[in-house]
Amino acid sequence: MNILFTLLNILILLFAPFFVLGIIKKTKAFWGARKGVSIFQPLYDTVKLFKKNRVISSQTSWIFDFAPCVIFTTTLFAGLFAPILGGYSIINIECSFVVFSYILGLNKFFALISALDCASSFEGMGASREACFTTIVEPAFFMILGSAIVLSGNLSFSSILNLISQTGSFGILLVAIICVSLFIMLLIECSRVPVDDPTTHLELTMIHEVMILDNSGVDLALITWASGIKMVILMSLITNFIIPTNLSNGYIILAFFASLVILSIILATLESAIARLRMSHVFEFIFVMNSLALVVASLVAVRIYGV
Amino acid sequence: MDNCVINNNKRVNLLEIPTVEIEKLRSYLSVSNLRPISFFGSDWGSAVKLFVALADDERGEIILCSSLIDKSIKSYESITKDNYQYHMFEREFFEQFRIEPLGHPWLKPVRKNLNDYEFFQMEGEELHEVAVGPIHAGVIEPGHFRFSCQGEKVYNLEIMLGYQHRNCESLMVKNPSNQLAESICGDSTIAYNLAYSQVIEELSDTKITNKAKIIRRIALEMERIAIHIGDLGAILGDIAYLMGKEVFATTRTLVINTMLEISGSRFGRGLIVEGGVNFDIDKKLSEKISAMLDNVKKTVEKMTKAALSSSTVMSRLEKTGSLSTETAQQINLVGLMGRAFGVNLDSRFDFLDEFYKDFKLKPFIATNDAYSRFRIRYKEIIDSIFIVKKLLQKLEEFKNEEIKVQMNPLIPNGFALSVVEAWRGELVHAATTNEQGQLSRYKIKDPSFNNWFGLALALRNNGISDFPLCNKGFDLSYCGFDL
Repeated sequence: MNILFTLLNILILLFAPFFVLGIIKKTKAFWGARKGVSIFQPLYDTVKLFKKNRVISSQTSWIFDFAPCVIFTTTLFAGLFAPILGGYSIINIECSFVVFSYILGLNKFFALISALDCASSFEGMGASREACFTTIVEPAFFMILGSAIVLSGNLSFSSILNLISQTGSFGILLVAIICVSLFIMLLIECSRVPVDDPTTHLELTMIHEVMILDNSGVDLALITWASGIKMVILMSLITNFIIPTNLSNGYIILAFFASLVILSIILATLESAIARLRMSHVFEFIFVMNSLALVVASLVAVRIYGV
Repeated sequence: MDNCVINNNKRVNLLEIPTVEIEKLRSYLSVSNLRPISFFGSDWGSAVKLFVALADDERGEIILCSSLIDKSIKSYESITKDNYQYHMFEREFFEQFRIEPLGHPWLKPVRKNLNDYEFFQMEGEELHEVAVGPIHAGVIEPGHFRFSCQGEKVYNLEIMLGYQHRNCESLMVKNPSNQLAESICGDSTIAYNLAYSQVIEELSDTKITNKAKIIRRIALEMERIAIHIGDLGAILGDIAYLMGKEVFATTRTLVINTMLEISGSRFGRGLIVEGGVNFDIDKKLSEKISAMLDNVKKTVEKMTKAALSSSTVMSRLEKTGSLSTETAQQINLVGLMGRAFGVNLDSRFDFLDEFYKDFKLKPFIATNDAYSRFRIRYKEIIDSIFIVKKLLQKLEEFKNEEIKVQMNPLIPNGFALSVVEAWRGELVHAATTNEQGQLSRYKIKDPSFNNWFGLALALRNNGISDFPLCNKGFDLSYCGFDL
């Protein structure tokens, strides 16, 4: 059972990103009244990039050379701690969400210094934006998971799983708020509209894309793959808050994949329907996540300690 | 001061343009409240003759004056010091004839010698410079942008162009042809070709038929409709409003495909020739155009309404890249961008075109921001659709006329000037002929020549990430500027 889930988790981490991105592209094409590319296209693109050589600027140091590997491995490693299919984490230790969060922090650190290493004025700008946003997102993430842990009294990452079934209608409210704020985090961390526009060609407005302008070939493949994995991890986190754990295995797997598809479609629909925020308004948007996290923390405090 | 007054698309004898001393001309121009629309030098033996054309927008007249500057005189006192409207013109004149306007505050290269370009520098620990281009992401033309920023805020933007300088003006003198004229600036094919043809027809005293004139104006408006719709889509694309981008892109295709049916080219290449037009619009085609335009109007209205009722779109457009109407007037913004900033200039109506004079259009209330730049395009699409439909009806009256007439030879010592309202704004072509009846000078002024500086000013104190949105809203021409 555990071996099966471990295997499935790894497969999901590695390959679900392509299909999630494919579904997002297809949905966006649908809303734009276009036929769109096949949902396998992100997979083909990555395979194509793996066949290409790397072009490395003579201005860069070993950091730039090394960063894509670090970015890919840390993302995958973080994925081992996160609850994926049916809330099962491959590595389950106490307070693993702290480890999870800081492995992703290491990931981001390398992405930032690799961007700065290119000495391009664009990439520095992108790095500064990304660093700024991440700094604000982090406390909210800790507040949400911390509250879930306090409520369940269980220090492992999988404590988040049974919130919905444990506490009745209060749980539904709580989970709804948590899911919205994690969804906002997904938009920020995976650079989607309204925070960033993954399809733009305008260097001056980019955040994540501008940081990888100098990467090519295998490096670019690893980085885009890694950001896809990050998206799947965050989506699974949201999924695990919603899906009850007392289902049979077959249903859990079905519900999990259905949830990934639904989340991708929601994401793409949102991207098609709204415009991107002005850069200075992005902070306001991130503070919505922080406010929701505060609401979660207060609700949990009221529940435990009374009014 | 001595001058001579002509109407748009009219010829005057070159020797009849009064010549005054440069000091006198300077003192007149620096206080005159008429706008310069053309300001250029021409080789005159041992001297340089400076021609200035001013627009009297209220009367619909063009005032011409000139001055002879001996080549041994290397400088004169700058007009720009007192009147900013001459800023670009004097820089261009200096570059072409090396006669220095003394005291010009911003005397930098326009198109040539870009290696000598000295950028405005700002100093400070927290400031950083971002250099963009000349090669950009995406399929656009080359141009260099230098931003001086503090964090995300832009203090100053400097724009350096000239990478596509092909020496079009002297090419036009050597080998004047419709094909050359229409390929100077690809997105204003019709306007460029129209201005060229009008200048040459006037210089050769050829009278073309009313039918040809109407077909030319229909094409000009069709070009305006197509490009404006494309721009609406591009503005929305830049702010990642996917639906608007896609819908406007498909709608634009309907318009340019109709151009294809009229002229065999989606951008109307080869439609206009000296002496008339190459392709007729018959009854059947005319009905088809009308039906297409009705369809386009419906889609554009619906999509614009949907986009402007989206709060995320509005929050991006409003108060982005503003410039006061006073500043816009001071630096002489023209055309579409002028109107978006509340400067009410439209050479179609100001110069009393015979086929436009009956149209009464609603005035546009400018808000001077990206929202204004979006709305002016929407308004002009709707206006132009109305105009095209009226012109198609008018075409019926002249259906038995020829579409093309034989050209006469050029008249010696002529000076002709044509102002055409291209979709960007007033496009001015001026030409002179010598004693043998050959072209001796050809001068083009694209509306972008005035408006690029407006973009630089509009971006001050805005976020650097709003630059693409502002740039798309202005949508100025690189090749029209570079010539």
